[in-house]
Amino acid sequence: MARFKKDTSKSAPGINTSSLPDIIFMLLFFFMVTTTMREVTLKVRILPPGATEVQKLEKKSLVSYIYIGPPIQSRIYGTESRIQLNDSFRTVDDIGEFIYAEREARDEADRQLLTTSLKVDKEVKIGVVTDVKQELRKVGAFKINYSTRKGAIAENR
Amino acid sequence: MARKSPEINAGSMADIAFLLLIFFLVTTTMDTDSGISRRLPPPPDKDTPPPDVKERNIFNVLVNKNDRLFVDGAWGDIKTLKDETKIFLSNPNNSPDLPEKREENIPGLGVYQVSKGIISLKNDRGTSYDMYIQVQNELTAAVNELRDDLAQDKFGKKFSELKQSDAEAIQKAIPVSISEAEPEDIGGN
Repeated sequence: MARFKKDTSKSAPGINTSSLPDIIFMLLFFFMVTTTMREVTLKVRILPPGATEVQKLEKKSLVSYIYIGPPIQSRIYGTESRIQLNDSFRTVDDIGEFIYAEREARDEADRQLLTTSLKVDKEVKIGVVTDVKQELRKVGAFKINYSTRKGAIAENR
Repeated sequence: MARKSPEINAGSMADIAFLLLIFFLVTTTMDTDSGISRRLPPPPDKDTPPPDVKERNIFNVLVNKNDRLFVDGAWGDIKTLKDETKIFLSNPNNSPDLPEKREENIPGLGVYQVSKGIISLKNDRGTSYDMYIQVQNELTAAVNELRDDLAQDKFGKKFSELKQSDAEAIQKAIPVSISEAEPEDIGGN
């Protein structure tokens, strides 16, 4: 009998998993704080050019994005560079309205600090970008940022 | 004696947390946005004529539709653009072909010879964005290197490590003076 008892008491104790949820929650909060929500579904291909002299964009809430590039679904939309604002293709004429809408969405105190980030594919012709910039000048959105990858220039070639 | 309430089974808590974690991993992005910051000029006023700038104070950079550079009247190369810009902006030997300087009293630096040089950048509409960014990058690099040199000289630190007030003094001493021409077709499409 004594031998029997000894055997049963020797089985390995189960690992205590009660703190597992806490660990996972910690990971969850880490990711929630360090990442941002994906705001738009890209309809244009954006492969930004590389540059060495880059600055980080501070305050993501004060940035509005303009995407320019060749459409991903080139069978439907062709290969000509298009401008995407929010979730749809737009033309240069819609930019003013877009900027006004972006300003309306911000606090009055922050409106001066609004930056427009131009996310442009590296194969886009500069003509389109110039048109966009002219439109931005008209509505007084002077702070812009050319979005680039960090990297040596030689990689572009 | 109060009845002992049954314990809640927390075994599935981890699963719920995992689910949330995976949801956030999928829907969020981690990329930090970075890029070259610029300030656009206000729209040109029809009443005020463009300012008169002497020939020696202008550094012409033209880019044509084939992404070829034309720097100050000669074919240029992207590799040498930065050094040429640096020489233009600093004018180390006070040469008469390079830009004039004006003395300015900058708080924190004292009297400093600020260059009057302006970089005039002109692109064809057919220039690729890639080339445009490269040119912008080289011009910015030139300014940043000059600022770093001055910061090292005056404060013994890199420009990016300076205090706010010192950095502003350096920014005043070496401004980013890039003027972009109104768009036009200079080499056809």
